[in-house]
Amino acid sequence: MHTNSLYQEVILDHNRKPRNYGKLEHASHHATGHNPLCGDRLDISLQVDERDQINAIAFQGESCAICKASASMMTSAVKGKSRLDAETLINEFRDLATGKLDINSPNHLGRLTVFSGIRDLPTRVKCAVLPWHTLHAALNSLENASTEADHDPVPVVSNNT
Amino acid sequence: MKNSTNHSIKLDAMNEPDWKIIRDDFPILRLTVDGKPLVYLDNAASSQMPQQVIDRLVRYQTSEHANVNRAVHYLSEVATLEFHRARCKLQQFVNAAEDREIIFTSGTTDAINLVMHGYGRKFIKEGDEIILTTLEHHSNIVPWQMLANEKGAKIRVVPINDKGELEIDEYEKLFNERTKFVGLIHVSNALGTINPIKRMIDYAHQYSVPVLIDGAQAAPHLIIDVQALDCDFYVFSAHKLCGPTGVGMLYGKATLLEAMQPFKGGGDMIMSVTFEKTIYNTIPHKFEAGTPPIAAAIGFGAAIDYLTAIGIERIAAYEAELLDYATELLNDMPGVRIIGTAANKTAVISFAIDGIHPHDIGTILNQDGIAVRTGHHCAQPVMQRFNVPATSRASFAFYNKKSEIDALVAGIKTVQKVFL
Repeated sequence: MHTNSLYQEVILDHNRKPRNYGKLEHASHHATGHNPLCGDRLDISLQVDERDQINAIAFQGESCAICKASASMMTSAVKGKSRLDAETLINEFRDLATGKLDINSPNHLGRLTVFSGIRDLPTRVKCAVLPWHTLHAALNSLENASTEADHDPVPVVSNNT
Repeated sequence: MKNSTNHSIKLDAMNEPDWKIIRDDFPILRLTVDGKPLVYLDNAASSQMPQQVIDRLVRYQTSEHANVNRAVHYLSEVATLEFHRARCKLQQFVNAAEDREIIFTSGTTDAINLVMHGYGRKFIKEGDEIILTTLEHHSNIVPWQMLANEKGAKIRVVPINDKGELEIDEYEKLFNERTKFVGLIHVSNALGTINPIKRMIDYAHQYSVPVLIDGAQAAPHLIIDVQALDCDFYVFSAHKLCGPTGVGMLYGKATLLEAMQPFKGGGDMIMSVTFEKTIYNTIPHKFEAGTPPIAAAIGFGAAIDYLTAIGIERIAAYEAELLDYATELLNDMPGVRIIGTAANKTAVISFAIDGIHPHDIGTILNQDGIAVRTGHHCAQPVMQRFNVPATSRASFAFYNKKSEIDALVAGIKTVQKVFL
């Protein structure tokens, strides 16, 4: 794969102007994801209502363009969705990034498929997936979730503040 | 067995080696990545292997292999002799007084862990203090932390200045009657800083404190003389000096090695075993339990031969030229900041580009076939000191050429253009 096809305008744009960047004042759910390989870290906070709907979501942290764009687009994608729909997206995105998803089969990823090229850069898969693992940890209030995906090394996620 | 052409052998008669011919010794450097010639600038992580060392490994595996120090048959004798010769080559390379002061380990990390278990666990007690520096690689931090936690000992850390140099005055102030060990990196892997270890060893010895030198980044670029340095332990790996992975060495003063307890138990490290009592073998065997990495150790010896035939001084002089050239070019690039500007450096340049994460830099440089290391370089305290999560690091070897530094500069411009 030519790397230029990964650093597409949409990804560069989300990196430059990340959406939903910051921290929620009254979050119902929270988690922090770490990438031990590069020292990157990402905080995700959520407001999930009693009907299990994600009303608000925000992220902040220190990360590369791939991770930041992935987080920015993820927050845009799951805002207003039910928790169940968010989990479906998490699974589909993980499969996309690790090359297990056939993009031509029906899925809910929409513009998130710009990340399909990441499957050819195994060392960068964890950058794209870190926000999604962190979201999963936040939604499930995991004390200390290690993202045991099919790639190594894995990002480490915890919801310690 | 016919030896391959050894370009290096002709060098003794020459003042300045032909670095282009030397480069041809490295078959891997002919690779292309995505149609672009490979520009390998990640030598501080691992160096490449010349044909001469590859041939040595093949010769060992095709005509000399058996287990060592055991049987009386022909191959075992050949393998034992060649393994011993590799040890003697290392002894000469670091100028150790005796060959039994050289222990084969699986690498630098293993060697440090050996000293931590063999010396630290026997001699370091509750309330004792271990001095380390901010520049240490995690491999010279974590074992000592484990020991400190186990024993109730304390780690004291030597700070660095803004150039990435150790603050020697602060180092000297850390000593007191509780100081029992010093672990000191010779050359910083993250920044390239060459530390004034002779002076620091002498100071520690005024307090009768033993000093371990992590020479992983020094041995490929500097002349090592453990007797002149008077260090107590010196460790490094083969794969950073054109040898194979999986082998490294520990030099230790014989008196210390003899006083230490074994690290691993098993075959070869014993004199006699009954279920009541085991009598340990003499050094170096006491610390080499089990079948050692025989092939890798012999390859290590061949790599030492290769480097010494070229001459470490010549290598250092040429690499300094590459460092000066690259430093000047990168200093002239807007938005590029070199991290680690010590007066005394090996050919390592850690750098940051404004607003661009090192991992994105690494991925885009890779598109042009350029291999640099991006990340924290297993030296997170250094990153914390400079307030960055990670850096990009270009590290040069004697087989690199100036045109590859030009390629790096062009690659950095491409990175900046993508993120404009």
